[in-house]
Amino acid sequence: MTAATATMKEAFCGDGGTWRFPASQPLQLDSGGQLAPLEVAYRTYGKLNTDKSNAVLVCHALTGDQHCAGEHPVSGKPGWWNRLIGPGLPLDPARHFIICSNVIGGCMGSTGPASINPETGQAYGLSFPVITIADMVRAQAMLVEALGVETLFAVVGGSMGGMQVLQWAADYPEKIFSAVIIASAARHSAQNIAFHEVGRQAVMADPDWRGGSYALHGVRPEKGLAVARMAAHITYLSEPALQRKFGRELQRDGLSWGFDADFQVESYLRHQGASFVDRFDANSYLYITRAMDYFDLAQGHGGILAEAFKRARNVRFCVLSFTTDWLYPTAENRHIVRALNAAGARASFVEIESDKGHDAFLLDEPVMNAALSGFMASADQARGIS
Amino acid sequence: MRPVIREDFKEILRLVRPGSRVLDVGCGEGELLEILAQEKQVDGRGVEISPEGVAAGLSRGLAVVQGDADRDLDHFAAKAFDYAVLSQTLQAVRNPRHVLSELLRIADRAIVSFPNFGHWRVRWSLVSRGRMPETRALPEPWWSTPNIHLCTLADFLTLCEDLDLRIDACAALTEGRPARAIDPTRPLENWRSEAALFLLSRRGEGAGSTEPQAPRNDLFGG
Repeated sequence: MTAATATMKEAFCGDGGTWRFPASQPLQLDSGGQLAPLEVAYRTYGKLNTDKSNAVLVCHALTGDQHCAGEHPVSGKPGWWNRLIGPGLPLDPARHFIICSNVIGGCMGSTGPASINPETGQAYGLSFPVITIADMVRAQAMLVEALGVETLFAVVGGSMGGMQVLQWAADYPEKIFSAVIIASAARHSAQNIAFHEVGRQAVMADPDWRGGSYALHGVRPEKGLAVARMAAHITYLSEPALQRKFGRELQRDGLSWGFDADFQVESYLRHQGASFVDRFDANSYLYITRAMDYFDLAQGHGGILAEAFKRARNVRFCVLSFTTDWLYPTAENRHIVRALNAAGARASFVEIESDKGHDAFLLDEPVMNAALSGFMASADQARGIS
Repeated sequence: MRPVIREDFKEILRLVRPGSRVLDVGCGEGELLEILAQEKQVDGRGVEISPEGVAAGLSRGLAVVQGDADRDLDHFAAKAFDYAVLSQTLQAVRNPRHVLSELLRIADRAIVSFPNFGHWRVRWSLVSRGRMPETRALPEPWWSTPNIHLCTLADFLTLCEDLDLRIDACAALTEGRPARAIDPTRPLENWRSEAALFLLSRRGEGAGSTEPQAPRNDLFGG
């Protein structure tokens, strides 16, 4: 499906496509500008029920995409959240109408820096406006409305996806029934920003970046982007997980007495970097990491996070963190929970014992699944979804 | 380490007004909150230290936050609840005085139960055997018990006086027997109550205006 029109009121219950908003429906941006025409690539699973009460929005993380479950239509790879979305799982297409869209600024079909700037007829590159998490959420709200969904039964996300969920709770509390925030934060810390800056500098130091206009020159800053991914990937894993997986194991017998990938951990990171550049756009990486760095939900509410949730008292919240996540540690998640409690919202919170670091939210974590199953089942019941 | 004596649940169920807001601190797997939601339609929230307990609470459909009575009560807004329940937990917290005063900041009323260290079996164990007591209410040996701040009924009354708390009701709890309304100031009760449950409010606050000033025996069955 490629040519859905924004005037279509009936929900589209197929498996997704790209929603093209006409230039008359621009996306208003926090930076003051507008983005038009806007395209939002999305995918859906399950069917919207007759009283339209079962829609779930899944929000993806920094390098995720709209293919959260099932198979990727091109690569055939399993969806990135297949452990949570599927038959018999906490989010089940048999009960829920699941929507997942590529964030704006992304490179999987939604308008981003690699899209064509209608004013120049060329890729935006650095002429793409700097976007925020709130801008991403505003685009999602436009899509959800276009799909004929008035209220969301749940908004669910991990990492940057969790930031979007928090933004939904702050900006559209009347449109959401429940919210799940996993391994996330209400603001980027100095350390978070520092790691992102290393990644951006790696991209921009690559001569093939060409001031962001590499597309014009038919090149790609692959080396820089790969280094950015390697550095970021370390932050997604815990020290014990790295040690357990690789230790000081060598690739071959003996040292090379040079700078080849002697250690297995080096080889692993190089592989992570190399495979990432095949699927991700360097400028998108700059823009999305910037959006995360700019994220500070309390800022627009007098510096008091509880104020951001003031209108969300009737939303059911579930916040989960992992013991060895040092990217968005338990303290940051607890900070969210404390604000929710202070606002009088209905909040649940569990810190899950795991040695897998930040990436645990994408992996097999039985306690996470059990907690989410319980939370979603009781929300289903409260909402009358069966 | 919740309990041995579960008679307190029945009493709490009896005390709580239908449709009220209840915070259960140390809610375990959420058994009490579930009963309160079913029988009294309360809007309940829990605080529980163990992740397994929280997960079990979530699967019961409850809102439970992983946290600890000593550290995680301060962010709840004042008077956010009608009742704050601390069942068989006071003796296990690091700072009982602070926790008790927090309960009555968050809620109009606190329902607190604890094992009575003044019970005759406890005294007998110390006097006759010279050993730390191991009783039904205090089943674990001294070296593994989570109970670090045990007190007697008389001790608790002094703390309430000190915090300017009013005792709206008190009952003695004995395993397997109905609760018995008592006057906790009588020395005899300090000898014969295995555990006790108190309904408390702050003195001189509006919350008590519709309630009688003296302990209400009719709140209890026995």
